[in-house]
Amino acid sequence: MENLIALLVAAPLLGAAVLLCGGRALDRVGHWLGTLLAAASFVFAVVLFTDMLGKGAEERTLSQHLFSWIPVEGFQADVAFQLDQLSMTFVLLISGVGTLIHVYSIGYMEHDERRRRFFGYLNLFLAAMLLLVLADNYLLLYVGWEGVGLASYLLIGFWQHKPSAATAAKKAFLVNRVGDVGLSIAIMLMFTTFGTFAFGPVLEATGQTSEGKLTAIGLMLLLAACGKSAQVPLQSWLGDAMEGPTPVSALIHAATMVTAGVYLIVRSGAIFNGAPDAQLVVTIVGAVTLLFGAIVGCAKDDIKKALAGSTMSQIGYMILAAGLGPIGYVFAIMHLVTHGFFKAGLFLGAGSVMHGMNDEVNMRKYGGLRKYMPVTFVTFGLGYLAIIGFPGLSGFFSKDKIIEAAFAKGGAEGWILGSVALLGAAITAYYMTRVMIMTFFGEERWRHRATASPAQPSAEPAAQTEGAHDEPHPHESPKSMTIPMIVLAFGSVFAGGFFSIGDRFTHWLEPVTHHDHGDSPLSAATVTGATMVVLVIGVALAYVQYGRRPVPVTAPRGSLLTRAARRDLLQDDFNHVVLVRGGEHLTRSLVYVDHSLVDGVVNGTAASMGGLSGRLRKLQNGYARSYAVSMFGGAAVLIAATLLMRAV
Amino acid sequence: MNPVNYLYLASLLFAIGATGVLIRRNAIVVFMCIELMLNACNLALVAFSRMHGNLDGQIIAFFTMVVAAAEVVVGLAIIVSLFRSRHSASVDDASLMKL
Amino acid sequence: MSFPLLTATAVLPAVGAIVTAAVPAARRTAAKWLALLVSLATLALAVTVLVRFDPDGDRYQLTESRSWIAEFGVRYELGVDGIGVALIALTALLIPFIILAGWHDADPSPSSPLRSSKGGADETKAPYKWRPTQGFFALILAVEAMVIISFEATDVFLFYVFFEAMLIPMYFLIGGFGDRAHAGSDENASAQRSYAAVKFLLYNLVGGLIMLAAVIGLYVVAGSFSLQEIAEARANGSLDMATNTERLLFLGFFFAFAVKAPLWPLHTWLPNAMGESTAPVAVLITAVVDKVGTFAMLRFCLGLFPEASEWATPVILVLALVSIIYGALLAVGQRDIKRLIAYASISHFGFIVLGIFAMTSQGQSGATLYMVNHGISTAALMLVAGFLISRRGSRLIADYGGVQKVAPVLAGTFLVGGLATLSLPGLAPFVSEFLVLVGAFARYPVVGIIATVGIVLAALYTLVLYQRTMTGPVKPEVSAMPDLRVRELVVIAPLIALLIGLGVYPKPLTDLVNPAVEHTMSDVQKKDPKPEVEAAK
Repeated sequence: MENLIALLVAAPLLGAAVLLCGGRALDRVGHWLGTLLAAASFVFAVVLFTDMLGKGAEERTLSQHLFSWIPVEGFQADVAFQLDQLSMTFVLLISGVGTLIHVYSIGYMEHDERRRRFFGYLNLFLAAMLLLVLADNYLLLYVGWEGVGLASYLLIGFWQHKPSAATAAKKAFLVNRVGDVGLSIAIMLMFTTFGTFAFGPVLEATGQTSEGKLTAIGLMLLLAACGKSAQVPLQSWLGDAMEGPTPVSALIHAATMVTAGVYLIVRSGAIFNGAPDAQLVVTIVGAVTLLFGAIVGCAKDDIKKALAGSTMSQIGYMILAAGLGPIGYVFAIMHLVTHGFFKAGLFLGAGSVMHGMNDEVNMRKYGGLRKYMPVTFVTFGLGYLAIIGFPGLSGFFSKDKIIEAAFAKGGAEGWILGSVALLGAAITAYYMTRVMIMTFFGEERWRHRATASPAQPSAEPAAQTEGAHDEPHPHESPKSMTIPMIVLAFGSVFAGGFFSIGDRFTHWLEPVTHHDHGDSPLSAATVTGATMVVLVIGVALAYVQYGRRPVPVTAPRGSLLTRAARRDLLQDDFNHVVLVRGGEHLTRSLVYVDHSLVDGVVNGTAASMGGLSGRLRKLQNGYARSYAVSMFGGAAVLIAATLLMRAV
Repeated sequence: MNPVNYLYLASLLFAIGATGVLIRRNAIVVFMCIELMLNACNLALVAFSRMHGNLDGQIIAFFTMVVAAAEVVVGLAIIVSLFRSRHSASVDDASLMKL
Repeated sequence: MSFPLLTATAVLPAVGAIVTAAVPAARRTAAKWLALLVSLATLALAVTVLVRFDPDGDRYQLTESRSWIAEFGVRYELGVDGIGVALIALTALLIPFIILAGWHDADPSPSSPLRSSKGGADETKAPYKWRPTQGFFALILAVEAMVIISFEATDVFLFYVFFEAMLIPMYFLIGGFGDRAHAGSDENASAQRSYAAVKFLLYNLVGGLIMLAAVIGLYVVAGSFSLQEIAEARANGSLDMATNTERLLFLGFFFAFAVKAPLWPLHTWLPNAMGESTAPVAVLITAVVDKVGTFAMLRFCLGLFPEASEWATPVILVLALVSIIYGALLAVGQRDIKRLIAYASISHFGFIVLGIFAMTSQGQSGATLYMVNHGISTAALMLVAGFLISRRGSRLIADYGGVQKVAPVLAGTFLVGGLATLSLPGLAPFVSEFLVLVGAFARYPVVGIIATVGIVLAALYTLVLYQRTMTGPVKPEVSAMPDLRVRELVVIAPLIALLIGLGVYPKPLTDLVNPAVEHTMSDVQKKDPKPEVEAAK
């Protein structure tokens, strides 16, 4: 059975290699090949999963040692895999959702001449992501970690001819790199502290070192998680990442890659458990991002960016839960899985809407689409109900548990975190209702587009190029796109309930993450009740604002907060002024320094030598007599010196 | 007679020759002054030979004469060809080595 | 005495150089094939060395020893350790690619002296035949021969001779065969080129002369040039250098190697030299010749002067850190593709020096791997950049845009080269860079952390370069750009395969290098810091 683990990674990796190196001959079958290999990975995952279910809870961990990777004196890095319940959960999610999105992309990317390459990148992503969750040591995890970063870079910038896409891709990679520094420092710290960075030995030895060391490692891991999971202060790339094709946004920037930070923190639970300060910072980051993302999500008119804000916010929930320690680990992962379903579904729905609307992304130019896209409407609607936490749907179970756990943290912290989580739930209800109403209800604003400014010719290849400037003809997407949406909608509806019955999910993960109930100052029912109240408030507010009144096609100026939120709460402006401008000045002045100072010293020496020899050259006047004088003079000095030496 | 006097004479001759080389411009005269210096050396060498009672100095004097003869041949040839090309025997006119 | 394999490895390209240079002017193509064949044969010899070398055997193997200048005790002594073998293999491996990549670089162009002669006087006065192609390839082979023997020499004087002699062919390669793609007039370009060549020569000459003084000083103090003899004398206590003498001698050696490596602030010759020369020559400089500098730091600075090395470590680490960050920042600010890569190399050399002087097994293994991996990755990036530049005739980043649309394979290989430069995990440079960082961190945590800034900056300059040249709307000037040709693919594909192969499975290389590093560590009498948990036990 263990030998199957490598195949999980190998299948998509093979796909990536073949699709990227193969020539145009593969253009016609490339997408099928890519999808097939993703599906193969999923099949292996299911086989492993059933096998695992057949074993006792303690014997479920499988490991496979492939080869010694970097053996250096005192430093041992292996390519070895470890499949336990936590990894299994991720593997199923990644390969499952991944396969669905491969299928979806067949339809979505049908008209793109570089579809083969797109599938190659998707397969590369799957391989890297699976490597990330299957690695049995931090260094191999790092490979997957940067591998998904690379895939994300390639896919965000897939339409490279658009400067905005290329810039967004670069930005995503760079911001992630900053996070990666955290991961590499964490690994270095582990190496100097424990002499190894394999999960097992490190996590077992946490008791043997000081809390300060653990806090340092924890904070560095958190930095890494912030980069990958788009948490404040490294969140700025996620909004721009929406430049990528929509399936990419669904797979990478909603369901899987961005949750890698949560995986990292939960996986390193033992480290965080020994470092309460680091845990506190984790919860703070989670809580801040939760609100940050939600506020940004409220103000965006671009459907994908609104969803991106939502993703940020939901991952904030997960990070918050992960920061709570054993009380929250299970719920962080549970929310991660349910979020994987409904957010991927929402993104695919958004993609389907764009597909039918000539790639228009501005929700102010949507409206009343439910009649034209019934399947999309229903699946998106179910995703919507799931994310706001409508009773009985997935999000209800997972989010509620996190809010409960936040209160259970105890003390003032518990109250603050719990209230923030509740507030977040209200805002979530608000902005998701806004998205829903603006897209599927209300008047058909796209009909009046002739009077509005002409649409930007969009470069999405799926666009029907003829008539791009005309009024769109909303239509339902092809089967290859709707079927994945339906499957995901099923997940959004039932996953949460399925996991919660008899605390199945908790029991499943407990051997790995451990679980602790904590004691909440509020009863579960109170929390659920409060959640329902804020949910209703959020929905009602949105309805009053967007459902009762017509939505203006051009965005009103809005309050100061709205305007700031549209600009991602000015974080980009800050980055631009401080980092980009400052960096430009720095490099420019350094170029000057290098040229005039460092090089100048050398060139100056050369010039003065040249000047000196120019002077000396004048002595060479060509008159034989003056040469004779110097000869005589020299001879006289020599003789005088000799005599003098003798005399002394 | 005291051989030291020959040395005084030799230094005197050498000094005259050296002065001539330095201040005269006519190549022929400069040339003759060089000969004078050489001969001053010869005189000194012979005097030393006498003073020390061995023949080394005299042998060297013979060598010097041979070298001087060779030098005269080459030197005169140069002067003549210089005169042919420049119609002047002034050493300053031949300041070709100046950069 | 058995077959002198090491001598053969160095002599073969030297003979090849002479024969290539003698090929008649009209048989240009023959000269190219000859050079390629010779370089491939050298590679075969290098592989034989690699196979015959036993990593767990003696420190120096395949040794040869003959008297050379008996009066001064100079011996012709060769021997390789794991580090030397790895670098010989790298050199022998890269030269065929360099030759193949520069296949047309030395063809007489319409503006070269061979074809066009502006004045009638030139035509009547051209009795000797200018044979640039033959010269170009002969010079490359000559450099190869000298570099290989520098990696083999275990006699300080022998090493010095070839360390310096290398400058002569390099000077002509830089000054004589400039990049045709330049901004401005021909005259301007040739002036810049000779400036670069002279600067290269002077910098390295000054370094070399200072080293010569130290070499003589070493002989005066130790009475021998032989690395092994000096080490033995040191071990049995018959050689006891005064502290100050040792430090001065160390500085003399180190200065020369720091110029060659190059380390900040002695680096400014590199961007000029790499910018003005053709891409293959630029690869020759940074991937092959400069490695002699870092290699010599390991073998001579640490091997001969362990105490002085330790004394100088703080300063050198600071210089290395400055190089890492300064080089990367300047790379970000460059407008010229090749100069950008040159500054990136300065940053990478900072990492190598950091690894060497961190004095940990991981750092030194990492530094050695770094030399090999940097050679391959820079070669890949620079050669693709050269292909790109030769198509458009400009080195300025701003003259490109949207290349990936018209030449996707070129753009793809460029990206892989770039990703290798930024040390993406899975590619070979990651292994070495991480080892260097861990090695530095284990002994000097602050240094390790500061060095990680270099990681971020590397991503910045690489991706900015890629974005500005390859993405965005297609510029009209590049719209007709052809994709990579077969010859170019033959050059680039194996390099990329190696980058991936050594990134996924670097074990053969580490096995080769580890024992040699242990020897160096015992030279400097250093032990790796113990992990905290283990130390507590």
